[in-house]
Amino acid sequence: MKKFDKFVVNALGRKVPTIVNGKEMVPFMGVGKHRPTGHKAAAPIVSAADFPADGNKTLPDLKAALVKAGLKDGMTISTHHHFRNGDVLAVQIFDIAKELGVKDLVWFPSASFPCQEPLIKYLEDGTIHHIEGSMNGALGRFASYGKMAGLGVLRSHGGRYQSVQDGEVHIDIAVIAAPTADAFGNATGDRGPAACGLLGFALADSQYADKVIVATDNLVPFPCIPWQIQGNNVDYVVVVDQVGIPEKIVSGTTEITRSPDRLFIAELTAQFCEEAGLIYDGFSFQAGAGGTSLSIGVYFAEILKEKGWKAAFARGGSNKYLVEMLEQGLTKFILDGQTFDLEGVRSMRENWNHVNTSPFTSYNYHGKGFFGSFVDIVILGATEVDINFNANVVTHSDGLLLHGIGGWQNTLFGKCTILPIPLFRDRIPVILDEVTTITGPGELIDVIVTERGIAINPKRTDLLEKVKGSNLPIKTIEELQAEAEAICGKPKKAKVDENEPIAVIKWVDGTIIDTVWRVEPN
Amino acid sequence: MDSKEMLFCGNSGPKVRSDCRIGFLTTKEGGRKIDLKSKVKVMFGEEILRLANEVLDFYNIEHCEMQIEDSGALNFVLAARMEAVIRKASGSEQEFLLPALEKNLKESPKDRFRFSRLYLPGNTPHLFINASIHNPDGLILDLEDAVAYDKKYEASFIVRNALRIIDYGDAERMVRINQIPRGLDDLPFIVNHGVNLILVPKCESADQIKAVNDKIAEISENKDRKIWLMPIIESALGVMKAYEIASAADNVVALAIGLEDYTADMGIQRTREGKESFFARNMLTMACKAAGIQAIDSVYSDVDDSEGLINAIKESKSIGFTGMGCIHPRQIRLIHEYYGPEEAEIEKSKKIVRAFDDATAKGLGVVSLGSKMIDPPVVKRALTTIDIAISTGKLSSNWKEEAE
Repeated sequence: MKKFDKFVVNALGRKVPTIVNGKEMVPFMGVGKHRPTGHKAAAPIVSAADFPADGNKTLPDLKAALVKAGLKDGMTISTHHHFRNGDVLAVQIFDIAKELGVKDLVWFPSASFPCQEPLIKYLEDGTIHHIEGSMNGALGRFASYGKMAGLGVLRSHGGRYQSVQDGEVHIDIAVIAAPTADAFGNATGDRGPAACGLLGFALADSQYADKVIVATDNLVPFPCIPWQIQGNNVDYVVVVDQVGIPEKIVSGTTEITRSPDRLFIAELTAQFCEEAGLIYDGFSFQAGAGGTSLSIGVYFAEILKEKGWKAAFARGGSNKYLVEMLEQGLTKFILDGQTFDLEGVRSMRENWNHVNTSPFTSYNYHGKGFFGSFVDIVILGATEVDINFNANVVTHSDGLLLHGIGGWQNTLFGKCTILPIPLFRDRIPVILDEVTTITGPGELIDVIVTERGIAINPKRTDLLEKVKGSNLPIKTIEELQAEAEAICGKPKKAKVDENEPIAVIKWVDGTIIDTVWRVEPN
Repeated sequence: MDSKEMLFCGNSGPKVRSDCRIGFLTTKEGGRKIDLKSKVKVMFGEEILRLANEVLDFYNIEHCEMQIEDSGALNFVLAARMEAVIRKASGSEQEFLLPALEKNLKESPKDRFRFSRLYLPGNTPHLFINASIHNPDGLILDLEDAVAYDKKYEASFIVRNALRIIDYGDAERMVRINQIPRGLDDLPFIVNHGVNLILVPKCESADQIKAVNDKIAEISENKDRKIWLMPIIESALGVMKAYEIASAADNVVALAIGLEDYTADMGIQRTREGKESFFARNMLTMACKAAGIQAIDSVYSDVDDSEGLINAIKESKSIGFTGMGCIHPRQIRLIHEYYGPEEAEIEKSKKIVRAFDDATAKGLGVVSLGSKMIDPPVVKRALTTIDIAISTGKLSSNWKEEAE
C-alpha cells in the first residue's frame, strides 16, 4: 500500500496527493464542483435469527466484544468524542488490541483529545497504522514529525458522515460509549451517572459499521428512552466500570473570555452584526466553542433582550450561556451538535426545545440539503487567514498540525461567516500572504473582525454597502495585514518538507483541499 | 566590570506571553554563544538572532554567552531586555535605541481631556501593545507600585522603548515614576523618549515638583517640548499642601488623588461610599479650580462592580473631578460616558454653537439665542462640550451637516 503518490495541484493551487494510504482520492475542484454519482454504502444484511430473541446482547467485557466482532489486523476501528477530554474507551480498545497482538489498525475517531496521548506508543509499535481524524496536541506533533506509518486524513464532522455514507471509509468495528443503554443496544447520552449530552457523532458508525459495540456503565431495563442510538443497529453491549468522565467535557475553551482584547473583539463583532442588519427577530446563529465566540453569544443575547426579539434557533455546541438564552426565551430552540458543559447536558434532558442533532442533519454535504447552510450568522475561529480570505484551523504558522476541523468547514456554508480573531498572537500575525494549510476556501468566509479593524470579503458587496457610513473600523484585509506586520515584523514561512506529506485535509465533499507536510522538530 | 555569573533580565514561564528572559555572561574567548529558545523560532528566529548580534555589536561584545528564552516578544521588548542585562553586567551607560516613531516625540495639548487614564504595569509588556484599542485618554506606564522592587531596573528599559515605539493613537503617553527622590532616576529613561505627562506619586510639596522640573531641564534635549506633570496626592500632608503643589509650576496640568495610600496614611479604612475621603477630595478639587488645572479622581478598585463605578463617577463629577484612573479597560467606557456631558447639556450647547456660527457669519459681535444674549465664556463652554461629546462618541463629528 502506497502511503502517498501522484501529486497534482488542486483548484486552490495547492499540491495534494491523489493516492492516500493506497486509496485513490479526488483533488479539490471548487465549492460545489465535485458531484459524485452512484449509490451510498451500506452495512451488511443481517438476520434477526442470528441475534438473541430476548434482546439481550450483553457480553462480559470489551475484550470479549472485540474478539467476537472479529478484531484483526488492518481493521478500521471507530470511536467518538462525546466525552471530549474525558474519553476512556479509545485507549482501552487499543490496549486490548495490543494484548491480542493485532496490528496495523486504522483509528477513525470523530475527534481526538489530549487524553488519548497514550496511543502514541501504539502508533510507534505498529498496533495502529494511522489515524483518520483530528490530531490534537501530542498526536499532531507526532504526526507532524513524520512518525506515523500511514498518512493522516482529517475531515470535518459533516465530512466524516459523508465519507462513511459514500463508502470512502469502511468501519469494521464501531465502539460507542453510552452513558445509558439497555441490553438490546438502545443508547442515549443525556442521562446516567456519566451523562454527556448527545451521541450524534456515532450515528453514521451505528448505521454503516460491520459491527457495533455499545459500552455503558448504566445499563437500564429495555427500553432506554430516548434512543439516540437504535439497538437494531447494535451487535453487542458491554458494561464497563466507567464509560467516560463527564466533567472533562468542559475545557478551557468553553468559558467566556476574561481578556480585555478578546472581549473587545467580541463586542465589535456583535456591533458589526447589529449594524449590518444580520440580527433580527427570528434570526439564527452558531457560536462555537472558544472564549470569544461565547462572549459574542452573550452580546447577542443583550441585543435580543433590548429589542424584545427572539432567535429562531441557536446552533450549539451548547453551553450554559446558550441554555440561559433558551430558558430566558431569547431563542426558540437549541439545535445541538455537541454539549460543551454539564448545563448543556441538563438542558437537553429537561427542555423539549433543546434538540440533539447529528452531522447528518446539520452538516452532511452529500445529503438533500443540510440546515447548516441556512444559519444567518456563523462565528468561527482560525489560526491563520490569507489575503484571499482562505483560512486555516488545523496547523500553526510553524507548520505543526495541532487541531482538528470539527464542524468548522461545514458551518462555512452559513449565510454570513465571521471570524473574530486577534490580529496577532504574541508576535505571530494572523493575516498572511498565504496560510500554512487551507482548511476553508476564502469564497465562503465573509468577515474578519480583529481588535484593530474589520475586513469584509470584497465579494460581499451587500455587507460593504450596509455598513457604509457607520462608525465601524472597516479596513481592507491588506491594511490589517500591514498593520500587524508593522508591529510584529514579517514572519518567515514554516520550513516544511514538501515532498513528504503527513496528512491530507478533506473538503466537505470528500476531495482533498490541502496537504500537511512534515516539519523538523524545533 | 565583567560578570562572573550569568545575569538575567525579563520574564519566562508557561504563563508569560509576548515577553522574554535574557541571560548574559561575558567571557574571555570563544566568540558569541547565543542559545535561542523561542515559540516563534520558525517565523522570527533569524530576526531575533539578528537583533541580538546588533545589540552585542553596539556594546562591542566579542565573547559572551547569551540565553534567550522567548515567549513571542516584540523587538522593542527583546532589545530592552538585552540592553538591561548587558548594562547590568558591564556597567555601560550607553543606550541602545531603536528608531522612535516621529509622532511619539511630539507634545500633547495642555488642556486636552483627561477623563480616563489606564494603568499598565511597567514590566508587563504584553499589556502594552493593544492598550490603546480601548480608547483611554491616557495610558500610564507604571514604574512605581505595579513593579516589584527587584524588577524596577529592567522595567525602565521596557517603558522607555514602549514610549518610543508603540503607536498609542490619540492616547496621551504617561509614566508614573517612583516617589521622589528615587523617581528622579527614572527621568533619563523617559524625558527624551516621548513621555507626554509624568505622574509624580506621593507628592507632598512644591519642592518635589521643582526637583522634577530641574532634572527635566537638565537632561532634556528639546527645551521647547513641554512635558506635563500630574502630581498624585496620597497623604494628609499632600492634601493640606494641595494648592501649593497645584500652582507649583506652569506645567502642572492636573492633580490626582490616590485614596489607597491616603486612607493608609490617615489610618482609616477605604469604603465603597467614600465618606472618609470626602474632605480630602473636596480640598483637591478646590485647589485645582483655584490653580486652573484639572482634578483627577482615584481609581475604582472593583472591576466587576459597574454600578458602584457609575455611582462613584456621578459623585466625583458633582464635586468637581473631571476624570478618573482605570485599572481595567472595561472601566473606560463608563468613565467617558458619565464624566462626559449629558444629553440635555449637548443639546443646549448645539443651539449655542449654531447661534455663534450665525453671528460670526453675519459679522455680528454679539451672540444671541432667542431674546437672550450669550456671554463669551458660555460660548467657550458650549464649544468645549461639543468637542467632548464628539470625542466620547456622543455626537457625530458631522452633526452640523446631519442636522441640515
